[in-house]
Amino acid sequence: MIIGQIKDGIVIDHITAGHGMNLYNFLGLDKLDCQVALIKNAESVKMGRKDIIKIDRVIDIDMNALGYLDPGVTVNIIKDGKLAKRQSIDIPERIENVIKCKNPRCITTVEQELPHIFTLKDKENRVYRCLYCESKAK
Amino acid sequence: MRSLIDIQELSVNEIDELITVANDIIDNPAKYSEKCKGKILATLFFEPSTRTRLSFESAMFSLGGNVLGFSEAQSSSSAKGESVADTIKTVGYYADIIAMRHPKEGAPMVAAMNTDIPVINAGDGGHNHPTQTLTDLLTIQREKGRVNNITIGVCGDLKFGRTVHSLIGAMSRYENVKFVLISPEELKVPEYIKQTVLEAKNLEYVETTSLEDAMPELDILYMTRVQRERFFNEQDYIRLKDSYILTPQKLEAAKEDLCIMHPLPRVNEISVAVDKDPRACYFRQVNNGKFIRMALIMKLLEVK
Repeated sequence: MIIGQIKDGIVIDHITAGHGMNLYNFLGLDKLDCQVALIKNAESVKMGRKDIIKIDRVIDIDMNALGYLDPGVTVNIIKDGKLAKRQSIDIPERIENVIKCKNPRCITTVEQELPHIFTLKDKENRVYRCLYCESKAK
Repeated sequence: MRSLIDIQELSVNEIDELITVANDIIDNPAKYSEKCKGKILATLFFEPSTRTRLSFESAMFSLGGNVLGFSEAQSSSSAKGESVADTIKTVGYYADIIAMRHPKEGAPMVAAMNTDIPVINAGDGGHNHPTQTLTDLLTIQREKGRVNNITIGVCGDLKFGRTVHSLIGAMSRYENVKFVLISPEELKVPEYIKQTVLEAKNLEYVETTSLEDAMPELDILYMTRVQRERFFNEQDYIRLKDSYILTPQKLEAAKEDLCIMHPLPRVNEISVAVDKDPRACYFRQVNNGKFIRMALIMKLLEVK
């Protein structure tokens, strides 16, 4: 399988196998009019199998959201066909408007304009809690 | 300026200082009668309350200050759909400090994020109620002479009871406090409180469904009401509301110096016959609420 090189764009690498489509949907890549490739189950020395997303354009990506959805991914920025920047994404301390609070008693259920903010309370178990009501993210 | 949204924002030293000031106010009220002269407290109560709102207002009047506000959402612009943020930005021009109660959890935090004046959380749904906790700590200190080295039983609705959650969090920071958690299975303390407070700090606690079994070892019995407004299902409320009713007979097994507390209002969980028992502290607890709120208002307004 051959997928061409990118001149200016982004490669999201080391996506946990099977999670590529989740990231594709969350990042709204279906709305882009440039070339986008989603490679599933690519061979990986480190991970065995992995997913990869290649985007033929540099777009804004919410790194915190990526880190929440799949900590450990690597974001490579390509410029003029060369690697300009490589960033490993760790689990973020705070995420905004990535997930919604499910607590029906939370202020966010009635104040539609409020950002849904969650903070990391337990890194080991990846527990996030709503900034406002402290409910656990589900 | 600083707000108070969660009791955990106060250090143990700060809580002890507030208790010291409150005790001094009780002993020397005249000394404090003009401490907040010219200051205005806004009491924004989007949910009904008797004690909390009146104690805040009484506290501010006793400090020589003034009060404005509303006592139900229907008499504010929130009835027209105004957001908390907009209401608070407006009130911030008219008052020096805000005490706010709201049925939605996190609303006071939203308020604090939208004003430069101090916001005191006067209760947000089933979440936090820090001034009730300060009231409870002052009461424990005045009744027992200490806040540490105590076995405290909390009884009733431990799932939705915000006063219980805040109290457990606050008392967990004092030494040698043992918790006896008395509730029906459906209303047990949430797992995250057990994990993040009790187990994380390696504190001694037991869970039981029997008030009678727990009674003999308690220094403090903190009763709570099963709150109708926290249930989405009326049938669940009716099934659980009468789980624990404290009577003089049940107190026969209790210590002579037991301190019986309740955040009030009560429905029927403490029999009126218990009121005559000298161990019943809940009306003294109400009185203490005013003085600790006076101390808190002074602290947040940075009044010496």
